[in-house]
Amino acid sequence: MLREAWLPLVVLVALGVAPLLGFGGSYETTLMARAMILGMAAVSLSFLVGGAGLVSLGHAASVGVGAYAVAILDAHGVTEATLVLPAAIGAAALFSLLTGAIAIRTSGVHFIMITLAFGQMAFFTASSLAAYGGDDGYTLYSRTELLGTRLLENRLAFHYICLGLLAASWGGCAMLLASRFGRVLRAARENPQRVEAVGLAPYPFRLLGYMLAGAMGGLAGVLLANATEFVSPATLSWQRSGELLFMVILGGAGRLWGAILGALAFVLLETWLAQQMLHWKLVFGPLLVLAVIFLRGGLSGLVARHHG
Amino acid sequence: MIGIGRRGLLGGTTALLAAPAILHAQPAGAVKIGVVAVQTGPQAALGNQLKEGFALGLKHLDGKLGGLTAETVLIDDELKPDVAVTKVRAALERDKVDFIVGVVFSNILQAIMRPVTESGTFLISTNAGPSTFAGRGCNPFFFTTSYNNDQVHSVMGQAAQDNGYRRVFVMVPNYQAGRDAVAGFKSKFRGEVVDEVYVPLTQLDFSAELAKIAAARPDAIFTFMPGGLGVNLVRQYRQAGLAGIPFLSTFTVDEATLPAQGDAALGFYSAASWAPNMDNPQNTRFVNDYVAAHNAVPATYAAQAYDAAMLLDSAIRRVNGNLAGKDALRAAIRAADFRSVRGPFAFGVNHYPVQDFWLLKVGRRADGKLETQTDRKVFTNAVDPWAAECRMR
Amino acid sequence: MTTQLLLVQALNGLQLGILLFLVAAGLTLVFGVMDFINLAHGVQYMLGAYLGASLAAATGSFWWGLVLALPAALAAGLVLEVLVFRHLYARDHLAQVLATFGVILFLNEGVKVLWGAAPLQVAVPPLLEGGIEIMPGLQYPLYRVAVLAAGVVTAGGLWWLVERTRAGMLVRAGATNAAMVSALGVDINRLFTLVFAFGAMLAGFAGVLAGPIFSVEPGMGDNVLILAFVVIVIGGIGSIRGAFVAALLVGLIDILGKSLMPDLMRLFLDASAARQAGAALASMLVYVAMAAILAFRPAGLFPVRAG
Repeated sequence: MLREAWLPLVVLVALGVAPLLGFGGSYETTLMARAMILGMAAVSLSFLVGGAGLVSLGHAASVGVGAYAVAILDAHGVTEATLVLPAAIGAAALFSLLTGAIAIRTSGVHFIMITLAFGQMAFFTASSLAAYGGDDGYTLYSRTELLGTRLLENRLAFHYICLGLLAASWGGCAMLLASRFGRVLRAARENPQRVEAVGLAPYPFRLLGYMLAGAMGGLAGVLLANATEFVSPATLSWQRSGELLFMVILGGAGRLWGAILGALAFVLLETWLAQQMLHWKLVFGPLLVLAVIFLRGGLSGLVARHHG
Repeated sequence: MIGIGRRGLLGGTTALLAAPAILHAQPAGAVKIGVVAVQTGPQAALGNQLKEGFALGLKHLDGKLGGLTAETVLIDDELKPDVAVTKVRAALERDKVDFIVGVVFSNILQAIMRPVTESGTFLISTNAGPSTFAGRGCNPFFFTTSYNNDQVHSVMGQAAQDNGYRRVFVMVPNYQAGRDAVAGFKSKFRGEVVDEVYVPLTQLDFSAELAKIAAARPDAIFTFMPGGLGVNLVRQYRQAGLAGIPFLSTFTVDEATLPAQGDAALGFYSAASWAPNMDNPQNTRFVNDYVAAHNAVPATYAAQAYDAAMLLDSAIRRVNGNLAGKDALRAAIRAADFRSVRGPFAFGVNHYPVQDFWLLKVGRRADGKLETQTDRKVFTNAVDPWAAECRMR
Repeated sequence: MTTQLLLVQALNGLQLGILLFLVAAGLTLVFGVMDFINLAHGVQYMLGAYLGASLAAATGSFWWGLVLALPAALAAGLVLEVLVFRHLYARDHLAQVLATFGVILFLNEGVKVLWGAAPLQVAVPPLLEGGIEIMPGLQYPLYRVAVLAAGVVTAGGLWWLVERTRAGMLVRAGATNAAMVSALGVDINRLFTLVFAFGAMLAGFAGVLAGPIFSVEPGMGDNVLILAFVVIVIGGIGSIRGAFVAALLVGLIDILGKSLMPDLMRLFLDASAARQAGAALASMLVYVAMAAILAFRPAGLFPVRAG
């Protein structure tokens, strides 16, 4: 596991030095921030999918809850990170706890559909929040402040905050999966009967895992809101949930760091293709199909095979 | 019908490609324009109109704006605000564009407003005109060649009032622009609003609402259903046999949707500050050349983008091609010294146009195509209702 | 609200439900028999609508368009099956979701390149123009009555095919236990291909029928796809009967919710807030219903497979 992890480490280091090597312009940093933030959301989803076997098609909702917490607090004049962060993460965790309590009773494709349903409910709720822009979205006129300083407005500082939090979410998820809690989750994915046989009910473990992933999604949402300085219901749409899932699969659902590769590859490929041609989806679509058919185990599987 | 899109796309590509070809021969004295037009999803038809309108303007100006060779960079916002922000930043920083022009939808405009104007770049909206930026939020680097959305809806309210309708049924999509439409309509209509119905933006089938309308028997209905929503509504309204109830609408029947609505839209009403049949030399040239190039009638999206090209041409000419002096450039744009396809045109204090508004009715052109035609003038030299709140002088 | 208006709304709900059923039937068969999540089913509906529209324009007749579009949709389904889907049957759901999403991107963009981004117009066939006055001032379009009838007939035909023919027996057996059917010497791959192509044709049929009512535009299948998934999950995956009941249920919930919710909310809120909150609630009602049904019956209303 650790031996394979050289590539994501290289990627993280590359992201770390990129601003120093001439990629420090607002465009490049915006693009990288987007990739890193979506990567963070994808890692937390990968924790659910690969670790707990819970394929959620509503993960964007928890990201959206985090982003909307920023917008709603901003509308009421609260922009201090020490208040915004706990509120956003708490709201996303609570949302995941409530919806997860129902969703985790189902499994397989039904779980996919019920998470989609909750995601759609969150989407329509956000669209009806007329006071916070409704369907048009809400423009943030300043970024969240950290202890009264406007640190997040600084392009480089924001870049390294995103990078640090991305590395931390990866490390955190990996530690969780390696812990006793994570072993129960994985065992429950492989063989729920056996877990029950040793006297453990999988339900509370799964629910806790779902809530933790939601909380991390909320954190990504806070950063996303700050990166785009804009929050809209599109953040919670099922297409966005689908994109997150695709990043996980593209990177390889079996490895947490695959999600980071998947998110980077997705964002960069999408951006690059869109610059090359107008109808870039004519190429992007078949590429996805080919990736699935020939690239089993995703990008990370490809790397791991060469070093396995 | 089927060939239109393909020909339209090809025409646009060649027009856009033509500009950079000239640029390479003559690198000095150039101006770069980022054109934000949605090219993805069902609303791409509107973005295409915008793109083609601006391209035709450039063509009529021989690829030059105020003497400078013009190059355009097409930015597809994909109707996703975060994507729009990323791409617009790329255009500002990497491509070093001098102006950002375009934007169909107001949520995209709101998202890119800060990055563009804070970089000291002029943003000329050719369609989106939310009241957010008309009043207290007015901005020295922001101009629009369209209108404040509220004004268009209030034209319909006034028209309903003038026609003596007493009971009107209102139906809009359930989002901010929809609620603004109701407010705009009600600001001039004094009669009774029998019912207000809000439908989801993804609505396909209007049969439930049509039954309600039939049961309410209003004097008229007022609706705002942009794009595909309007295509469905207009055809289902006609099929339900409700066409006897006057159909007052904004952004619902226009030249972008009429090809799909067909005869079902004949006689339905709309409101705008421009129509293809307006009789002035610049408009005749614009419409005829647009129809010749794309075999389709231009809509307001194209006309306002065409005007934006003419506006930039006049402003750059006024400052003798000096784009660095922002204050002089602002004054030059503010002067609006060009001939608009809609006739009289001037900017108010908030950089929104002061212009006439018309009641339009769908009719048939001599060549058989459908278009909106001027019915009567409703407001003359109308000033944006929010302009007084703008502290920019 | 009068009883008469309520009846009209119920009829509207049934008609929406029938159209959803035609899309969901193919989806539930493919899902049930092959355990294959086909997100691209929505674009097959779109493809049907585009084929119907352009063939009708080329031949000058809606009916020829319909007749020619069906084999064309079938052929398109076969091509997709051979090129893409066949390689995914043995893969997990995640891989299927990703690959079929790629197909969605490609086809949505493809129709835009071929037919342009603007919506296409399909005229109602002259035979079915006009309507029946079912309440004062409201014509119920004859075309919609025809769609309702066509849907009911198709549903009946499907029931007969699945319950009363040998092919149907194999499909039912395949939905319950594919390995067993294969062990009995049936060429399971051919069965898969057949079911798949048939499902694609049904979706295409729904697309052609929808043409004159809805606008034919890129991405038109996406909303329908999500609703169709809701239908098959509520109905129980693999169950034609379940899909039928659930489709009508979803249609009724959607339409009645839209007309009743705002009035219901007025009991608690003032008029303008009630209208907006009611509309927002109405659009999520279908999903609330699905979540509620799954919470109490995790395998749907008519589960095919035990457990």
